[in-house]
Amino acid sequence: MASIDIKGVKKVYQGNVTAIHGIDLAIGDGELVVLVGPSGCGKSTLLRMIAGLETITEGTIAIDSAVVNSREPAERDIAMVFQNYALYPHMSVRQNLEYGLKNRGTPRAEIDSRVAEAARMLEIEPFLERKPRQLSGGQRQRVAMGRAIVRQPKAFLFDEPLSNLDAKLRGQMRVEIRRLQHRLKTTSVYVTHDQLEAMTLADRLVVMNGGRIEQVGKPTEVYDRPASLFVAGFIGSPPMNLIPLEALKNIVGSAVLKDLPTETDLIGVRPDRMQTGEGEGFVLTGTVDLIEPVGGESHLYLHVEEIAAPLVMVMPGRPDLSEGAVVPIRLPLDALHPFSTRTGLRTD
Amino acid sequence: MDTKRTVFPARGLPYLLVAPQLLITLIFFIWPAGQAVKSSFEAEDPFGLSTRFVGMQHYLRLFSEPAYLASIGRTAVFALAVSIISMGFALILAVAVNRLVRSASAYSTLLLWPYAVSPVVAGILWWFIFNSTTGILPFALEQIRIRWNHQLNGTQAMILIIIAASWKQVSYNFLFFLAGLQSVPQSLNEAAAIDGAGPVKRFWTIVFPLLSPTTFFLLIVNLNYTMFDTFGIVDATTGGGPNQATNTLVYKVYTDGYIGLNLGSSSAQSVILMAFVIALTVIQFRYVERRVQY
Repeated sequence: MASIDIKGVKKVYQGNVTAIHGIDLAIGDGELVVLVGPSGCGKSTLLRMIAGLETITEGTIAIDSAVVNSREPAERDIAMVFQNYALYPHMSVRQNLEYGLKNRGTPRAEIDSRVAEAARMLEIEPFLERKPRQLSGGQRQRVAMGRAIVRQPKAFLFDEPLSNLDAKLRGQMRVEIRRLQHRLKTTSVYVTHDQLEAMTLADRLVVMNGGRIEQVGKPTEVYDRPASLFVAGFIGSPPMNLIPLEALKNIVGSAVLKDLPTETDLIGVRPDRMQTGEGEGFVLTGTVDLIEPVGGESHLYLHVEEIAAPLVMVMPGRPDLSEGAVVPIRLPLDALHPFSTRTGLRTD
Repeated sequence: MDTKRTVFPARGLPYLLVAPQLLITLIFFIWPAGQAVKSSFEAEDPFGLSTRFVGMQHYLRLFSEPAYLASIGRTAVFALAVSIISMGFALILAVAVNRLVRSASAYSTLLLWPYAVSPVVAGILWWFIFNSTTGILPFALEQIRIRWNHQLNGTQAMILIIIAASWKQVSYNFLFFLAGLQSVPQSLNEAAAIDGAGPVKRFWTIVFPLLSPTTFFLLIVNLNYTMFDTFGIVDATTGGGPNQATNTLVYKVYTDGYIGLNLGSSSAQSVILMAFVIALTVIQFRYVERRVQY
């Protein structure tokens, strides 16, 4: 159990490629923080710097208030779950779990009880004597988690641990990781590019882009109030509709939109906040281009005169509409997110 | 195996296509080997005018002949020493090069050069270096009061051919070890580092066990190499001497057959060697192929 403090951390690779441009982040004791962002945003690099697998070019990382910059990975008392699990292929599951404890000179009885405990918790007892190659993807994933748990480290680091699993298993394991983390209350840093994983797992979400932090906050906060155009486009599926303010003014008249902060030239609306029918807000007229029924809800792609990009709208159930139909689309005033294209930031 | 099969409409075509390879194999491998097997059961008169069938006589005589038994022991020492030394050095070099990022390919290329040197040239090279009157190493050894003269000292002659043969084989082993090391996922090393294992411990508990298929394969290849491909080295440096000290099995085939003109016994010796290489190859195919996947 420990806090992790990241102060002014930069990473510059050989050849002057900057992967991370100065990051400050304080992770509280027992917190599960998810680093999310597209590939190449520096999230894995940051995690590997916490683990000690990458050197820190500038700034400090402290675990439990002790700066660990010059400590070896082994001396940081962290455990990491890798994307490809990184199980030792020539060792049985039991040996995989024991390896870290043996290296640290843990007494035999202690090793046995910890392995038994972890195996019970993760329900991998039946496979303890098997080799990793004899296990399925989900079982390997559990063993990888077990290897982290037995160590009882100060922090867990997860590097896209579920991305090699199929969709169903991924959902299951996601729930399990959450449950396990709640139970063990171990500080965790979780890296993913999957926004669903990020939203559901995180106590706090850190959205990264281009080696910088775009926004830090509770998942719901980030969803409800994205701080930048990037976050608006990255979090939420289907992504937020972004409508140029000029086009909107041309349609509904400038009177309605006059209270917006200066610099605003783009208006964002979440697809699930758009509605049909009467009510508060203003109304656009759209033509249905395409309907995607996704099961419990349907995604409508709408073409609106004056707006170049199609608008996406999420409707519950299966609306009684056909392609080519003309529908009124209502945008509630409190669902509008004002952005500035110049700064890329939210303006209110 | 679900490799795609091509069906030729004309049935003769496939046979025609493999014919050149078959012909070469038959003429240059199967036929001479068959001749060796045949003459290992025959004895020839001193003038080469007549041969007669003698059964297992050559074989039986070989295994009761002290010179031959001694040669087996010598070959075993030679083969094991060369395998261990050349594989050991190759592994050290491969581990070192594997740690390099930028200059790795330059080093690999340079380290491959000895393999391009023919066995005879390699032998001559080491013969010069170790030459007891003009060589640089005997001069250096003299300073620490070791007299080097492999023309008189059998042990030193053996050391000389071991060094020459190992030196040549390091390149080959290096290449395979390097490839093996590069196929060990980096994340395993990282996981072990986080699990508290230092570099040396990581090597022996993670990397080396994962290299075992490569190591096993190389051991077989090296044993084969020392048994058969070292004729040139022995011939160019010691010529089997002094006093038989470096007369390995393959060299003895030559001395008994071509110099001693005992074709029957020489054939029997080559058949024994042949049986040995077949056995090694079978082991290699049966076990190596299976153990590659872990």
